[in-house]
Amino acid sequence: MSGTLALDVAHVLAGGLVLVSFMMLYQDRLSALLNIFALHALVLAASVGWQAEVQGAPHLFLTAGIAFLFKAVAIPLALHRMIRRLGVHREVETVIGIGPTMLAGMMLVALSIAVMLQVTEGADPLAREDLAFALAVVLLGMLMMVTRRNAVSQVVGFMSLENGLVLAATGAKGMPLVVEISVAFSILIAFIVIGIFLFRIRERFDTVDVHALDRHRGEQP
Amino acid sequence: MTGTDELAIRAILAVPLAAALLLAALPGYRLTARLNVLAALATFAAALALLAGERPPPGPYLIVDDLNIVFIVLGTLVGFTTSAFSASYIQHELDTGRLAPVHLRFYHAMYQALMFAMNLALLANNVGLMWVAVELATLTTVVMVGIYRTREALEAAWKYFILGSVGIALALFGTILVYMAAHPVVGPGRDAMMWSVLVQHAATFDASMLNLAFVFLLLGYGTKVGLAPLHAWLPDAHAEGPTPISAVLSGLLLNVALYAVLRFKLLLAANPGALAPGPLMVTLGLVSLLFAAFMLYRRRDIKRLFAYSSIEHMGIVAFAFGMGGPIANFAGLLHMVLHSLTKSAIFFAVGHVAQVKGTQKLADIGGLTTSHPWLGWGLVLGVVAIAGLPPFGMFMSEFMIVTSTFARGQLLAVPFAVGLLVALGALLLRLNGVAFGPVRGSVAPARASYVPMYAHLVLVLGAGVYLPPPLVAWFRHVAAVLG
Repeated sequence: MSGTLALDVAHVLAGGLVLVSFMMLYQDRLSALLNIFALHALVLAASVGWQAEVQGAPHLFLTAGIAFLFKAVAIPLALHRMIRRLGVHREVETVIGIGPTMLAGMMLVALSIAVMLQVTEGADPLAREDLAFALAVVLLGMLMMVTRRNAVSQVVGFMSLENGLVLAATGAKGMPLVVEISVAFSILIAFIVIGIFLFRIRERFDTVDVHALDRHRGEQP
Repeated sequence: MTGTDELAIRAILAVPLAAALLLAALPGYRLTARLNVLAALATFAAALALLAGERPPPGPYLIVDDLNIVFIVLGTLVGFTTSAFSASYIQHELDTGRLAPVHLRFYHAMYQALMFAMNLALLANNVGLMWVAVELATLTTVVMVGIYRTREALEAAWKYFILGSVGIALALFGTILVYMAAHPVVGPGRDAMMWSVLVQHAATFDASMLNLAFVFLLLGYGTKVGLAPLHAWLPDAHAEGPTPISAVLSGLLLNVALYAVLRFKLLLAANPGALAPGPLMVTLGLVSLLFAAFMLYRRRDIKRLFAYSSIEHMGIVAFAFGMGGPIANFAGLLHMVLHSLTKSAIFFAVGHVAQVKGTQKLADIGGLTTSHPWLGWGLVLGVVAIAGLPPFGMFMSEFMIVTSTFARGQLLAVPFAVGLLVALGALLLRLNGVAFGPVRGSVAPARASYVPMYAHLVLVLGAGVYLPPPLVAWFRHVAAVLG
């Protein structure tokens, strides 16, 4: 039965995305976190590619390609370089411990599945469970943003959140503008990454290297 | 007839876009500042032409109807007057070396890009396109908030960026859910994202899906409206960016986000099975009003003071639209328009005050009416108007909200009135210190253009004294559309 196989593979990939989100929650080093994020984007690219194949929607391959090239390769490489230069690749400070964070994450996943499966009873099964997993990924991304203090790991949290949105958008069958939206998001993320790089925001906002900025401004005519 | 209207729609979008590209390429800040004003004026003229002409039928991507034309005319007007204020403001920033000419080129390009994004968000007939436009508007304002590149400005820009992005992400999830709700009824593809189609079929959508979508949309776009408890970015962004940007943030961007919420509220209102969106908006509005009213007392920075006042007033507007009904909707619409005009006038005054005094600290500013009569009295009039005192128009809109609330639920009217009075006290207290008493700070003459500020104040005063019948009929009609 090719129908159930298509569904099963889509589930495995979407569930895999949730799993990788969990893996990101307990990383305590920035470089490891970036590697896991690359994996996250890779799973997303596979998932979107599978949806493109199943739905017979070739434009989604473009979204998958963007996810792979931009988020699984380019951004992690750029961030790796950046954190080495800034000298912050060692430790990630978390606001609350790993244990409570994981517990909160489990509750969020349970919540999103309970909410989405109940709400979307009428929708087709592929979209329905995709949406439940996507909401879980979004919520886990937000959880990561609030439990980290470092600007880079907050951005990684935001990017994983955004991966959840792309998953949801591709799961909604025939939704127009998905490619445009994923491009718009990529621009947003590029802006954030360039922002960190230009302004050298270390350890959230507490130790912005103002000295360097002042020097730079002094050079302007 | 239709031909000129199509032309007007195109001009509203094309003029700012072309101006943004041109201003990015041109050197020389004197020329670009004038071109910026000119482009904003042309956009405003196109909006007026659109208002005067007949409404063209909705296209696949763009729509003009009675609701968004209010926002477009208001937005382009404030965009035009702010660009005139900006031209006199940046001269001083150049003289003091806070901005270099190369920054200005960037600043003007971003200003027009912001105008383009906001007009696109308002005109969009496609929920996805509107989302992209709001995101673009966020990006341009983030860049402008951080343009001084001081530690505080960068921190404010970063905070705005992260909170705004999360809000935008939630709004996208809500948008996807709306599509999913429309999909079984309307079918796949572009139609299921078009406003004009969605509103027609909203009654048959899956109600629980719409409910969930609205929660995400309200939280997402509500972050951009600055409703408490999602307001954390707003005071910082207003205080640390250039003052013209504070004026457009308060006067325009908050309205655009509110417009998005109103559009989705219409979808829910059309569906009998969906939850009533009113109580959610009433709650958020009331919390914002009360929270901001009390926070006003603790402000030390003049721009932060008026930023909190914006949270307060967006709370009032959200409350009014949440209450619904012809009178509350009319009052909410009027209040939103007058708040935009008054708050931008106040920021025009505050911008020049901060430049003359060289500080934004309330404690270091005093006796403005003695040292700078034009600026000082302009600020006094603006604050009297924003506090909701007669004879200015906001007295009338607040009065209408309070009376219509009293008629339908006394328990809600009491905290609402308390919030208004608490905010009034805080604003008058601060105004007294800044405008009257002994002169504090520099007495150097201000090189300012007072025309934009007083033009806004005259409009607000005029609205309080006499509302022309065509305007009343127009707003009444929009209030009826809002249900």
